[in-house]
Amino acid sequence: MTVAAIPTKSVRAAPSPPPGAMPLALTINGEHHRVEVDPRTTLLDLLRDHLRLTGTKKGCDHGQCGACTVIAGGKRINACLSLALQHDGDKVTTIEGLGTPDRLHPLQAAFVKHDGFQCGYCTPGQICSAVAVLGEIKAGIPSHVSADLTAPMRATNAEVRERMSGNICRCGAYSNIAEAIAEVAAA
Amino acid sequence: MKFDTPAGINPIDRMKVVGVAHDRVDGKFKTTGMAPYAYERHDVAPGQLYGFILGSAIAKGHIAAIHTTHAESAPGVRAVVTYANAGKLGKGSKNTANLLAGPEIEHYHQAVAIVVADTFEAARSAAALIDVDYVRGTGHFDLAAAAPTAPLHSEDKDKSKPAVLDRVGDFEAAFAAAPVTLDATYTTPDEAHAMMEPFATVASWSGDKLTVWTSNQMIAWAHDDLAQTLGIAKENLRVNSPFIGGGFGGKLFLRADAVMAALGAKAAGRPVKVAMTRPMMFNNSTHRPATIQRIRLGATRGGKLTSISHISTSGNLPDGSPETATAQTKLLYAAPNRLIGTRLAVLDLPEGNAMRAPGEASGLMALEIAMDEMAEKLGMDPVEFRIVNDTQEDPEKPGRLFSQRQLIRCLRDGAARFDWSARNPRPGNTRDGDQLIGLGVATAFRNNLNVTSGARVRLGHDGVVTVETDMTDIGTGSYTIIAQTAAEMMGVPLDRVVVRLGDSSFPVSAGSGGQFGAGSSTSGVYAACVKLREAIAQNLGVNSADAVFEDGHVRSGNRRVALADAVRGGEIVAEDTMHWGDLDKEYQQSTFGAHFVEVAVDAFTGEIRVRRMLAVCAAGRVLNPKTARSQVIGAMTMGVGGALMEELAVDTRFGFFVNHDLAGYEVPVHADIPHQEVIFLDEADDKVSPMKAKGIGELGLCGVAAAVANAVYNATGVRVRDYPITLDKHLEKLPALIQALTIRNVCEKAK
Ligand code: FES
Ligand code: FES
Repeated sequence: MTVAAIPTKSVRAAPSPPPGAMPLALTINGEHHRVEVDPRTTLLDLLRDHLRLTGTKKGCDHGQCGACTVIAGGKRINACLSLALQHDGDKVTTIEGLGTPDRLHPLQAAFVKHDGFQCGYCTPGQICSAVAVLGEIKAGIPSHVSADLTAPMRATNAEVRERMSGNICRCGAYSNIAEAIAEVAAA
Repeated sequence: MKFDTPAGINPIDRMKVVGVAHDRVDGKFKTTGMAPYAYERHDVAPGQLYGFILGSAIAKGHIAAIHTTHAESAPGVRAVVTYANAGKLGKGSKNTANLLAGPEIEHYHQAVAIVVADTFEAARSAAALIDVDYVRGTGHFDLAAAAPTAPLHSEDKDKSKPAVLDRVGDFEAAFAAAPVTLDATYTTPDEAHAMMEPFATVASWSGDKLTVWTSNQMIAWAHDDLAQTLGIAKENLRVNSPFIGGGFGGKLFLRADAVMAALGAKAAGRPVKVAMTRPMMFNNSTHRPATIQRIRLGATRGGKLTSISHISTSGNLPDGSPETATAQTKLLYAAPNRLIGTRLAVLDLPEGNAMRAPGEASGLMALEIAMDEMAEKLGMDPVEFRIVNDTQEDPEKPGRLFSQRQLIRCLRDGAARFDWSARNPRPGNTRDGDQLIGLGVATAFRNNLNVTSGARVRLGHDGVVTVETDMTDIGTGSYTIIAQTAAEMMGVPLDRVVVRLGDSSFPVSAGSGGQFGAGSSTSGVYAACVKLREAIAQNLGVNSADAVFEDGHVRSGNRRVALADAVRGGEIVAEDTMHWGDLDKEYQQSTFGAHFVEVAVDAFTGEIRVRRMLAVCAAGRVLNPKTARSQVIGAMTMGVGGALMEELAVDTRFGFFVNHDLAGYEVPVHADIPHQEVIFLDEADDKVSPMKAKGIGELGLCGVAAAVANAVYNATGVRVRDYPITLDKHLEKLPALIQALTIRNVCEKAK
């Protein structure tokens, strides 16, 4: 490891639930969680602040950037647009559930190889989205640019770019992200 | 170390690690969500409360009264801080407006309060309970209205001297006499950095001592300015920012998140974390100011420029600075008669300040369209026209050479690679079905800057080399190129180097800005490594001058000792700072490039799509071709944004940016950006630094928007001089022949 700023453990001081908190049970990355949250809490803040899964990012909190993309119930969603309580009983996968620094998911490895990021802040969202995009294409779900809605879908450059367009990368790594996804799609 | 004579051969020239494309050393952390950004520091300061900032609802005026009782008694609220109870605050030397307003309001969404509560939700809802009685004053918000009376701006530090235009020769006479002339005005809009990570800070006090974990490009500036704002001693403040989710100049300065978090934490007696909401960022923070640029070019019939004038007007708050959009025009093309300057209007919009390639990015948006227009008037190919007007010396100071200038090669290599010769010089004449196809070119130019930069390097007894410097990595790849530099200097593999960045307890570096970060910070690491090599050689009793550091060993004569053996007695630490002599005065140090773009414009809708992009860059040695290429493609992407979509819409009645979120302020997305190609000329500039490398991160943006604009013109024959080129600006003007085509197609489809 050549970067020394990675914290190894969190200092836990579990906040006592606020008045009016409601119970919620959900599975995140295969781990079961029971929590009590303020009903106004978004899924994103539940992940980042309550469960300390900070891999999922907050870029806008308004469904405008995709940084908060997670996979809930098999579909990619913007975690900022979803209240935590809407996910009672759900299975959620976040970037932490895809791979770890020592065991990268193929898309994570492809992002590193193709330098599909710079500041890294949009990256977990891009990768979660990409995992789901490849699944959507495999499942034959058409997009705005699909010429034939009933033919089998292929992960062409145009298809991938269209489907990834909800994930903004202000650093502008798009060309490299497309190559990273193409490599995994072809594998 | 002082760099005051051109670099000779040094260990970096081995280029075993430097100059090689390496994956980012922080890549596996960023791709797995393990890299901690400021708001995510659960590993520090236990017991963090949540802060929520309230912004001013008026652009100019003052607060008559601010009622916080309801907010203070709301559930979970620990503290509310406004100007009334914040105590006396100073202003950072780099800030134009105060970061906490009151009673005076200087701009819209200037922070007026922070609410600190147990949860984010409680803080947010309590902030809505604060009642502010504003008294609206009159402000000036309209650049076009203020421009005619905007005074000239003097770059001279001595403000008692009257501001004058830069003059060389006799512009007026030469322009009047020129057989071919152009006189055109271009506008660029206000733009937002819109970096993906919002401004965020965790602040924690322990007695008089404050630590902030924040997101900032320039640790030393934030350190100085936060201490100054809060009126605390610098030694009582620590600033930490190891990961930064983008900045582009927006995080060069101390911003309200850090000040408000510190004030909130003080008032609540607990650590506080604050992230600015996205809709507040655009008006609360800085932006790239809009410009109105008049360019006049005069040339001989053969295409030699005889006269150049470029006068740019921008606005800013009182005591703000102008957008220096004429910077490149002083140096880019030869012409014996020149008239250049900037005007600055006072506007009460949010603070204007540096955004990626400040000056040149906006300036080249205009100048490089003007060059395209002039080439057409002359009947010349736009690549050739630029080549004919190249200069190898500073046009304002004949005899002062560029340290290295391969603009012509960038243009020629790019033209060949892009198949430029296939371009039809008659605009509006190339079709691909319903698409009108156009090719455009523009020159890229950005000065190279060197900034004093320090580092500390340790050789541990495990043989691991650790670099500590307050340099930041804002996505630029600093972690990686600094590791490469230390590995090359010390002769160890990359994985034997640990890099620690972004902490005010480390030696002060250049920081990330003005594309000076890579060259300057690695030079600082170079200097520290030279000292470390000397210390190691001394320890081993060998002459450092002929000691070779390679493969984890030190070799001198026929002695070969493992590095780890040199530190048997304990780790060796060396620290140094790179200072710069006058080589930048002796030689003009700049970076060059050429951008080529192909666009398709839909004849029915006017929609513009970018099809191909190529950049050829000449910027000295490229330290890591992989991360450097990423800097360039990212900049090209931002250039497409500037050309086609980015614009902060000004409400000139109430004085704010209307589209202040990521839905309203459009930036390029995946679908907008095709595969991008980047070529680096093989260079090493010995006059700039021992690394022989120059900046690249801003060069990549310079000229892109104009290349897109010129391609759109080549496609449509409609010249748009007001950025961004949105389809409403050319749809109605698309040539009659396209309308005919449209009607024919519509009729055919109707049959
Ligand atoms: S944070 Fe959810 S879309 Fe931006
Ligand atoms: S890597 Fe910075 S926003 Fe995508």
